[in-house]
Amino acid sequence: MEKIIFYILAFIIVAFAIASVSSRKMLRSVIYLLFVLVGIAGIYFLIDYNFLAAIQLTVYAGGIIVLIIFSVLLVHHIEMELEIAKPIKQIVTALLCLIGLGVFLYTIYNHPFQPVENYTTTTVNEIGKGLLSYEKGGFVLPFEVISVLLLAAMVGAIVIAKGTKLFDKK
Amino acid sequence: MKIVSITKTVHDWLFSIMPEGAASIVEMVLIAVAYLAFFAVAGLYLVLLERRVAAWFQLRLGPNRVGPQGIFQTMADALKLVSKELTGTIKADNFLYNLAPYFVIVSSLMALAVFPFTQEFQAFDINIGIFFLIAISSIGVIGILLGGWSSNNKYALIGAMRSGVQTISYELSVGLSLLTMVLLTGTLQLSEIVEVQKNGWLIVQGHIPAIIAFMIYMIAGTAETNRAPFDLVEAESELGAGFHTEYSGMKFAYFFLAEFINMFIIAAIATTIFFGAWLSPFGITDSIPWLGVFWFLGKTLLLVFLMMWFRWTFPRLRVDQLLTLEWKYLLPINLVNIVIMAILVWLNLTIKF
Repeated sequence: MEKIIFYILAFIIVAFAIASVSSRKMLRSVIYLLFVLVGIAGIYFLIDYNFLAAIQLTVYAGGIIVLIIFSVLLVHHIEMELEIAKPIKQIVTALLCLIGLGVFLYTIYNHPFQPVENYTTTTVNEIGKGLLSYEKGGFVLPFEVISVLLLAAMVGAIVIAKGTKLFDKK
Repeated sequence: MKIVSITKTVHDWLFSIMPEGAASIVEMVLIAVAYLAFFAVAGLYLVLLERRVAAWFQLRLGPNRVGPQGIFQTMADALKLVSKELTGTIKADNFLYNLAPYFVIVSSLMALAVFPFTQEFQAFDINIGIFFLIAISSIGVIGILLGGWSSNNKYALIGAMRSGVQTISYELSVGLSLLTMVLLTGTLQLSEIVEVQKNGWLIVQGHIPAIIAFMIYMIAGTAETNRAPFDLVEAESELGAGFHTEYSGMKFAYFFLAEFINMFIIAAIATTIFFGAWLSPFGITDSIPWLGVFWFLGKTLLLVFLMMWFRWTFPRLRVDQLLTLEWKYLLPINLVNIVIMAILVWLNLTIKF
């Protein structure tokens, strides 16, 4: 049962990933990308990691994709199509992709995976305690650093959005 | 008791006549069909309710001809919509144009699955309940954006843009006001949240900050569903019908039904988080568990009525007023409210029976 669902999800992810990079209409490829991301969330649900699945849905599907769609809406007309890249570019990209895939597959097939027994789902409680613990294995430092980074990004966004004054009021 | 035993009997019967794999698939299909039926019936009757309430507010009669008190009116409307031609535009992006209604409807169906209608009647008791609801509700807007853009129509595009702005902004307030209540419960799982409320509904337990959170939640929730006074998305005097201008027949009905189901979902979340879901007031019917369904639906319909009351009382906001309300008022109030609630929980000032 789980095997079948996994293969269905994997097929969806791969098929839409290919469709996403080969589509010539911009918004369509964004939607294919959305399906890829939702499929990945489905795999998280399958391995019972609900929290990460919901994060995937909120941040990627609900946040980033909506932002991308919004920017496409602003700049792109419905009749426009993306250009087809030159043959040299296509070959170079294909080669690079193949190298990446090779490295990836090599690592996966050489890594000794161990099946987990008696797996219980990670609760939000554990994640919260892990994030704020400063003992061994705790994540309080990365958590704080990331919050500083977010603050910096927010200040930066405000500065850019505010722009410069066109003329002095004096 | 009865409902519980019915689901148990069906479950046992299925597993007795079929191998395990097939039985669980059949069970899933049955549950899905039950929820789809609920979806359709609830959607249709909410439309009827809305029309009757609107008529009542405006001192009219409303639909009362088809069946006693007009109860078959929306059924007839739905039949008419099914029989209508599905028009489309040649220059539209047909794939996305046809896909858009399903986004809206699937996301609201998924959200329905997690509500605890009674103690035993909950399709999917996931351990991150509230968070799952917030995650799912953030997907519905994609359908609106897509529908607006792919219709290749100015009004639809403007409607979709407004919807995007509105939903992205108000999602924050919905999430934060629910987070305020999570501080009280200490868990995200909906069934456990209901357990916590056996010592008093959360709106009583958390008193002042909980009431503030409830008000913010209702305002932001109304905005999330694109209903008046926040219906600039489909402001008919400016934009035709907004993002669904080009849709007709059943595809239009999908958007329409989804809007009403979303209203039901917003009210159901409020019922679950603030008003004790299926718990009866003061535990008067604790001995008859299946009455929980009536309490749940009763409370939810009361909140739905509140949202309809908003709709027929307030005039529509301008887009700058809408954004000012969210970013300059609701969000700061909400952030302060979370701190107040945290202090309350820390000093143990909550009211418990």
